Amino acid sequence: MKWLLSFVIFLSLSCKPETKASINLEVHDFEGIAPYLELENSKTYVVNFWATWCAPCVKELPHFEALQAKYKDSVEVILVSLDFPHQYETKLKPFIKKHQLKSKIIVLDDPDMNSWIPKVNPQWDGAIPVTLIYNASKRLFYNRTFTYEELETELKTFL
Amino acid sequence: MKTIFTLLVLFTTVTFTVDSQNQGYDIGDVATDFKLKNIDGNTISLSDFKEAKGFIVIFTCNTCPYAVAYEDRIEALNKKYAPKGYPVIAIMPNNVKTKPGDSMKEMQIRAKQKGFTFPYLMDADQSIYPQYGATKTPHIYVLESTDRGPVVQYIGAIDDNYKDATLVKNKYVENAVDALLNGVPFEVQKTKAIGCSIKL
Repeated sequence: MKWLLSFVIFLSLSCKPETKASINLEVHDFEGIAPYLELENSKTYVVNFWATWCAPCVKELPHFEALQAKYKDSVEVILVSLDFPHQYETKLKPFIKKHQLKSKIIVLDDPDMNSWIPKVNPQWDGAIPVTLIYNASKRLFYNRTFTYEELETELKTFL
Repeated sequence: MKTIFTLLVLFTTVTFTVDSQNQGYDIGDVATDFKLKNIDGNTISLSDFKEAKGFIVIFTCNTCPYAVAYEDRIEALNKKYAPKGYPVIAIMPNNVKTKPGDSMKEMQIRAKQKGFTFPYLMDADQSIYPQYGATKTPHIYVLESTDRGPVVQYIGAIDDNYKDATLVKNKYVENAVDALLNGVPFEVQKTKAIGCSIKL
């Protein structure tokens, strides 16, 4: 009987991840995000600031996914979501699931925006999307949207 | 020779256009007046406000969640500062073909729902926001009426917490307008905030 109970508990536990799409969001204030903007190793990092409510961001997101898939050994794409906390469950998680996003996603929740926007880049006025591409020897900030070709062309100048 | 001259003129024009689009106003610049259609059908200009000591010009819209988050605070700014001579003038800069939710009709509906008491104008040909250098919604310009015209005194966000008005520590716009009303200098003249890019 005891054994059966343990088995049932085991089953229910092991089922959990499948029954509910448990996407664990990594949410940080800017202090927690900052290290991702200055990783120092052999990789090139493509950091895109986006949100599900930002139409031009959503439009270019597949290009970042495609880039990550093609350059998976030398490049890491990091998608920094600026979605609203009250929409993590209703918008962000369903979006990630629906589009099966494979790139690393981190969420930035820090309302004192004037304190951290200039730290990402002094040229950034706060409109999204923006993208930061960097590696150990080069760093560029893009206040613009990309087609896949444009994005790959930019990336190649880093590789 | 003629060709070179033409090319030179063309090149200069192109360069200038790109530059002016990226820059917009800085603190101390004289802001342009405009003639824009209000939600009530009237055309509004800054010069209509003969008694105004200045203006709180806010580029905003219906569809951006940050703009929506600030709607009540924009209305509160107008209630507090219009009687003191600093009315809020809201301008919707988006292309309504791209953002149908920002059409004149939708602006009227939203203003009615929220009980806006300030003019809510449409930059229909998208000619005004680039002169100001607005890039997103919401994007605020505090102007002070002077003999030279309306002078830009503050550019940026309303305050430092879009999420929760009760947790705000710095009311940037209020601090600026209060200081201008009292004729004293103020520190924070430019701030940055996340917003929705203005839709072309």
